[in-house]
Amino acid sequence: MEHFDQHISHQFNQELENLRQKMMAMGGMVEEMLKNAVQAVVTGDTELAVTVIEADDQVNRMEKRLDEECNLIIARRQPTASDLRLVFAIIKAISDLERIGDEAEKIARWAIALADYHRPRNDYRELERMGVMVLEMLRKSLDGFTRMAPEVALEILEQDKKVDQDYESIFRQYYSYMMEDARHIRRVLDALLVAKSLERIGDHCKNVGEYIVYLVEGRDLRHESKKALKAFEREISGDS
Amino acid sequence: MENAAMNDQATTAPTVSSGMFDDDRQPLEIAREKVSIEVRDLDLYYGNDQALKSVNLKIAHNRVTAFIGPSGCGKSTLLRCFNRMNDLIDICRIDGEILIDGKNIHDKDVDVAEHRRRVGMVFQKPNPFPKSIFENVAYGLRLQGVNDKRKLAEVVERALRAAALWDEVKDRLDDNAFGLSGGQQQRLVIARAIAIEPEVILLDEPCSALDPISTAKVEELIAELKNDYTIVIVTHNMQQAARVSDFTAYMYMGEMIEFDDTARLFTNPRRKATEDYITGRYG
Repeated sequence: MEHFDQHISHQFNQELENLRQKMMAMGGMVEEMLKNAVQAVVTGDTELAVTVIEADDQVNRMEKRLDEECNLIIARRQPTASDLRLVFAIIKAISDLERIGDEAEKIARWAIALADYHRPRNDYRELERMGVMVLEMLRKSLDGFTRMAPEVALEILEQDKKVDQDYESIFRQYYSYMMEDARHIRRVLDALLVAKSLERIGDHCKNVGEYIVYLVEGRDLRHESKKALKAFEREISGDS
Repeated sequence: MENAAMNDQATTAPTVSSGMFDDDRQPLEIAREKVSIEVRDLDLYYGNDQALKSVNLKIAHNRVTAFIGPSGCGKSTLLRCFNRMNDLIDICRIDGEILIDGKNIHDKDVDVAEHRRRVGMVFQKPNPFPKSIFENVAYGLRLQGVNDKRKLAEVVERALRAAALWDEVKDRLDDNAFGLSGGQQQRLVIARAIAIEPEVILLDEPCSALDPISTAKVEELIAELKNDYTIVIVTHNMQQAARVSDFTAYMYMGEMIEFDDTARLFTNPRRKATEDYITGRYG
């Protein structure tokens, strides 16, 4: 984030850098939570699940702290242009990161519940697959934020479609399990809630991706049509 | 006191909003605006020094246009061109055209005094005359030969009301204007400018000598005045430009670097030089 290191005021440089580092630290924590939560589902490791649940509190406090610091920067510095967009994008992004943390916590709770049931032969491979994809989206969004790489947003958008498709097929698969044998209903419902949480995390990553575009290009891609997104894609590839 | 002032603003804000937060706000485009002042290829020299370099610009009718830029960038020089203040400087030479309502202000048949009546100006430091509050505002009319007492009283009241000063001075109109606070003096000077019904009001750093409350009052006033007047303001305070103006022009070393809708310029400027300036980076 070299661009944010060129203010006449060194203090302002430091404040922004500090903000960025804290956000990345928060992102790292959320990433760890998500990784462990999925792992706990797949392996039935309840101790690991408990660490995820405990970590959520720290993430929540981090969000509040960052909100406060953003507030202060706005009050003190009245940032404009790209500085303003950075602060704004961070405020938005950390709220999505916090939500990802919440979803990871939920997954950990389902993992504990699932550990009590008999395990399916495939060890929830479909959830693991989805988890890996979502985790990659999260990493990409954090990395894209640091590198200020708007093209990452488009990759994440594509991946989010795949995650949505995965969720659809898991939903159908689980539905048929439940039809086959009513005794599975409770377990499969819990597993389905894990899939739902992963799908939601994908949406939050997509949001973070969109804030990168806002940060770098000053454009709001949220709720845009396919056509507008295509046009944006062409523009970006033309730029580089 | 501060809270009272803030509440006051909060309640009046919607009626005088710059439109920046209206629903479905469309970006402002100068091409869609009625043009009040048009500058074409303007070069200005002080002796051998070129202070303005082929400046092209349109100022929208009944909008607020702000000029920003570092000291010496030519923003005040450009502002002063609009009411021919630079005529007073011997070594100043101007090429190019300035049109107000389509008429070149340097044409031979333009009466400078009449031109300056149409284009009022307010300076950095409030400069009331050493006269009563009433006479300060009535001054322009008296110069025009108006002496009818009722007419004068009517115009003075209207101008003072428009300048949001009436309630503060109505009971002491005969007091000397120097007894007013700096902020009140500045609004008095604006009232004096309004009294002769100009079309354009030029403000050259009108708040730089004022405290925050007086500044807020003058900014409120600007938002109201633009319903009736075209306003051009030079300011060193970028946040002020962002608050009060509809269009902003960024100037650097005598050149017009970027001109755009204020909302756009302060959130996503097109040029890096503008970005560097408004975000406080070394260019």
